[in-house]
Amino acid sequence: MSAASVPAHGPSPDSDVSHKTVLEAPDIRRALTRIAHEILERTKGGRDIVLLGIPTRGVTLAARLAGRIAEVEGEPVPRGSLDVTMYRDDLRMRPARALGRTELPPEGVDDRVVVLVDDVLFSGRTVRAALDALNDLGRPRAVQLATLVDRGHRELPIRADYVGKNLPTSTREKVKVLLAETDGRDAVVLEVPK
Amino acid sequence: MKRHLISAADLTRDDALLILDTAEELSRIADRPIKKLPTLRGRTVVNLFFEDSTRTRISFEAAAKRLSADVINFSAKGSSVSKGESLKDTALTLEAMGADGVVIRHNASGAPHRLAGWVRGSVVNAGDGTHEHPTQALLDAYTMRRRLGDLDGRRVTIVGDILHSRVARSNVLLLNTLGAEVTLVAPPTLFPVSVDTWPCEVAYDFDAVLPKSDVVMMLRVQQERMTAAYFPTVREYSRRYGLDARRLAALQDHAIVMHPGPMNRGVEIAAEVADSPRSTIVEQVANGVTVRMAVLYLLLGGSEPAIGGDVTPAGVSPNGDARRRSGDASRREDA
Repeated sequence: MSAASVPAHGPSPDSDVSHKTVLEAPDIRRALTRIAHEILERTKGGRDIVLLGIPTRGVTLAARLAGRIAEVEGEPVPRGSLDVTMYRDDLRMRPARALGRTELPPEGVDDRVVVLVDDVLFSGRTVRAALDALNDLGRPRAVQLATLVDRGHRELPIRADYVGKNLPTSTREKVKVLLAETDGRDAVVLEVPK
Repeated sequence: MKRHLISAADLTRDDALLILDTAEELSRIADRPIKKLPTLRGRTVVNLFFEDSTRTRISFEAAAKRLSADVINFSAKGSSVSKGESLKDTALTLEAMGADGVVIRHNASGAPHRLAGWVRGSVVNAGDGTHEHPTQALLDAYTMRRRLGDLDGRRVTIVGDILHSRVARSNVLLLNTLGAEVTLVAPPTLFPVSVDTWPCEVAYDFDAVLPKSDVVMMLRVQQERMTAAYFPTVREYSRRYGLDARRLAALQDHAIVMHPGPMNRGVEIAAEVADSPRSTIVEQVANGVTVRMAVLYLLLGGSEPAIGGDVTPAGVSPNGDARRRSGDASRREDA
């Protein structure tokens, strides 16, 4: 690349990272189907479960999981979304952010088995914030965690109950989950800085 | 650095929409068993009220407490202000106490602007003299958006004592930012001299404007600020500029009636209109808490405010240009 084509303030975002697709659409589909079955197995047929997605992509994944479970069991699964922005521990490190949506199903969360759904499990801080947020919404009988990708590097004692794919990464890398509903296609992409 | 909310003109369209969207999400916590968020834990918000107010002070207090901020209420009565302490000395006291946010209501226009030059925290104008009341405009816009959807192209008619109204000015500025068309209606004596420079229409005939309005906002006749005879009698004012059942019937079916409160029933608004299902007056109060939560969160929740305008150091007169100027970065420290 010639110097002239590089903008004055650093190269364009695409030129200094390489993208590697680690999961394609069929892989994601199979992973979600497996997770749905595991949830049913672990919760004895999905009795009393509520799927709560963490915005943005966790909500989409929760909707897909609910669809799979309903296909198998023939009954709709209560689901909703849980925004954790106001509970984050890094709020004061950045300007205040726009909020996502918290929406509980009419059944609520009291005495239910809540399955939190997120796209990527990394430091575990988002899940900690979600547990705090959940605490203000009611008292679930149990809380479980489903994630499409576990990329390691936990900073808190948190572990997922259902994992789509364990993906060993370096902290310099970025994991991006793309979903058809929000991004036009299904894929999990690893961004590696050169 | 964006730091304060002193004028509705401090807000860009993106800022205003961010506040309204944030409020929309925050409104959901009103239905929860625990109506509290930990977001502003450890932050201190001082309510500095030099002028009487019930709903605005309580609304700000509830908003700050729902976000877990520590709230210090200060009213001029029973404070050192009645012993002659100046605004600046009061401000320095607050500064020594480490206020992260100061909500100020003052009978002098421009007081919040001066205060912003003296304190390190974010200043929120809760009404200054006849100047502005930006959070009222935000809660009004929020209420309109909830009832009518997007405000772009909506026609809003504001009727009454424009001259003494900080609500009218803030609403005109904010609604203009949001793309609504505002028409002000009042007797000629109750318009400020500079109204032709405001981004709105001016009319004297209420009945002619009614049928094309999506929103009619009635303002209180502010007897306490009226030092001259602005209209012959209250009865005549009420007949020409009051909203009664007959005028309500002339409105379009979807149109709503608003009033920032407190109301003079029977003067600017008939009791039956105030209590009709098309009136949003009670809703406006409830929405006030939500919108103020959004403002406090966006100003104080992060490492730096996500909304609002900057203020040049004390000594610059409060006008729009000065407020927009940046600089003074050295004084800024993170709390």
